[in-house]
Amino acid sequence: MKYKLNTEIAISLLLARWRQTLIAAIGVTFSITMFIALLGFMTGLNTLLDGLILNRTPHIRLYNEIEQNPFQPIANARGYDKAYHFISSVKAANIREEIYNSEAIIKTIVEDKRVRGTSPKLHSPAFFNQGNVRIAGVIDGINPQVENKLFNFYEYVSGGSGSDLNIIPNSIILGRPLAEQLLVDIGDIVYVTTTAAEIFPLKLIGFYQSGIRDLDKVQAYTSIATAQKISGRPANYVTDIQVKLHDINDAPAVAKEYKRLFGLQAIDIQTANSEFETGSSIRTLISFVVGITLLIVAGFGIYNILNMLIYEKMDSIAILKATGFSGTDVKRIFLMIALSIGIFGGTIGLIFGYLLSLIIDTIPFNFPSLPSITTYPVNYNPMYYLIGILFSLVTTYMSGLFPAVKASKVDPVIIIRGK
Amino acid sequence: MSDIVLEARHISKTFHEQLNVPVLNDISFTVNRGEFVALMGKSGCGKSTLLYVLSTMDTDYEGTLLVEGEVMTGKPGSRLAEVRNEKVGFVFQFHYLLNEFSVLKNVMLPGLKLNRHTNKEIETDALKWLNVLGIENLSNKKPNLLSGGEKQRVAIARALINNPLIIMGDEPTGNLDKKNSKLVFDIFKDLSVKFHQTLFIVTHDPEFAARTSRMIEMEDGKIIRQ
Ligand SMILES: Nc1ncnc2c1ncn2[C@@H]1O[C@H](COP(=O)(O)OP(=O)(O)O)[C@@H](O)[C@H]1O
Ligand SMILES: [Mg+2]
Repeated sequence: MKYKLNTEIAISLLLARWRQTLIAAIGVTFSITMFIALLGFMTGLNTLLDGLILNRTPHIRLYNEIEQNPFQPIANARGYDKAYHFISSVKAANIREEIYNSEAIIKTIVEDKRVRGTSPKLHSPAFFNQGNVRIAGVIDGINPQVENKLFNFYEYVSGGSGSDLNIIPNSIILGRPLAEQLLVDIGDIVYVTTTAAEIFPLKLIGFYQSGIRDLDKVQAYTSIATAQKISGRPANYVTDIQVKLHDINDAPAVAKEYKRLFGLQAIDIQTANSEFETGSSIRTLISFVVGITLLIVAGFGIYNILNMLIYEKMDSIAILKATGFSGTDVKRIFLMIALSIGIFGGTIGLIFGYLLSLIIDTIPFNFPSLPSITTYPVNYNPMYYLIGILFSLVTTYMSGLFPAVKASKVDPVIIIRGK
Repeated sequence: MSDIVLEARHISKTFHEQLNVPVLNDISFTVNRGEFVALMGKSGCGKSTLLYVLSTMDTDYEGTLLVEGEVMTGKPGSRLAEVRNEKVGFVFQFHYLLNEFSVLKNVMLPGLKLNRHTNKEIETDALKWLNVLGIENLSNKKPNLLSGGEKQRVAIARALINNPLIIMGDEPTGNLDKKNSKLVFDIFKDLSVKFHQTLFIVTHDPEFAARTSRMIEMEDGKIIRQ
């Protein structure tokens, strides 16, 4: 009842100056619209760009590094245990890249609750023959189904289906620039020379396009079985175990743990790609700063209209006070005016922001490296809409507070005497 | 219940700009229930200043003010606002009405603020007072379309809506022609006689003052006769 009366007064004061109020509200609408559209577009683009690397990078990669044994025989020589030794040109003894006992390791990892999935890989250098020329590259033997589930493998394959790797025997997928160099098309035979020095004919069933051309120039995929066959390795020979976690932030800790547990090298995604996160967080930050700047400008608009309203309605304020409205009531009335401008302008802004996002979403955008993207990416995260309306409320409140306090301090005696 | 409605004890006030000349100088008096008091004095002698102190709007004074036995001096602004709302009806020289609202709504506002009766009851009351003052037909008009005398009657209706303890007026007829002045005065007289309403009216019209039940005279910030 008490609030109802204040609201009624606020509304009638607001309507008395509805044109200016509307302009102030349009200011808020405009800034919220831009805020939503900008943030949706920026983060959409961010997700796309980050996805280029982060989506198909394992959170943890387990592998064997070729390295020198840190314990050289001299360390065991009696009589020199307190001495420091220098040995030059130490050769690596362990040249095996195989992960021993990979099945047992995978089984252990799969049981870990933090793990979303794991996919083995056989990484092997190879030469692709083009007449007399041999082009160096790598062949990754993968399980396409698992690889797709964890790293969206199929999205990066064009010209054929990634799942055919397991169905068509002796099939291969080549990076598109690599295929162009080799002058081969779908269905053609690609001749591959492996480290075992044998030449294998493989059938090209698709092109791979990661968006990073230098990578695609050397990259090829086959099924694990084919990779084992052409490199002359037994079944269950793998060189990498890729792990994807539920929470990417656990990666460094889990990597450390696995390193100790399995005696393998384990590298986490943060260490491997530290620069990506900075890039995307800076883009998000810029969007926020622009959005907030727009809102602050709109806030000044509200501040102006309220100040004007107070000067114009000095008499009304004095009457209200003389007839028993307290300073707090007057403050509430003016804050209500400010907030209703914020709520009204902000809500319309959210709707317009959403519509603008929809429009951006239909603008054609050809991203050569990602065949599945045809229009600009837009993020519709409701979080941004929530932040948008909160911001608009906070800025309108702040810009209304000062004039409202001023109005609450109006001394009716001075006004009434002044006539 | 005491019959003293309003009591001023040694009230003094000096404007900061002119520290040597007090505007109000040790003013003490009481107003009893049902009295129709006229405060007289030459222009500039401090009548308005005293009235604003009595109305609780001006808190910058020395001495003590009591409304119905309750000390007002030093009370927080919110309580003073409550007292003004409930116990004091104010009629200014210049009819202060809210042009955003209809005449009826203007009269109802203090009642809605007091929030002791339903909207319907307050509306009925407001219409009753507008009827008593002979301006019921104007209830849906906006105040800026009214004549001066009409506006002043609306302001009186507004002052009456919460059945106030006392009605204060600062030269309420000062800005009206003879006919309207007489009309407004007759209304005050009627309120006093028929409704036993307590009134405290500032005026410099001796004719007006002569017809009230009690006269207080001021000169240079002091009461010289009461
Ligand atoms: N805000 C103020 N500052 C300084 N002096 C004032 C102020 N208001 C009124 N005065 C002075 O106080 C005196 C009394 O004024 P007022 O109470 O309005 O007189 P009245 O109503 O009897 O004509 C006058 O001399 C006036 O000039
Ligand atoms: Mg005066």
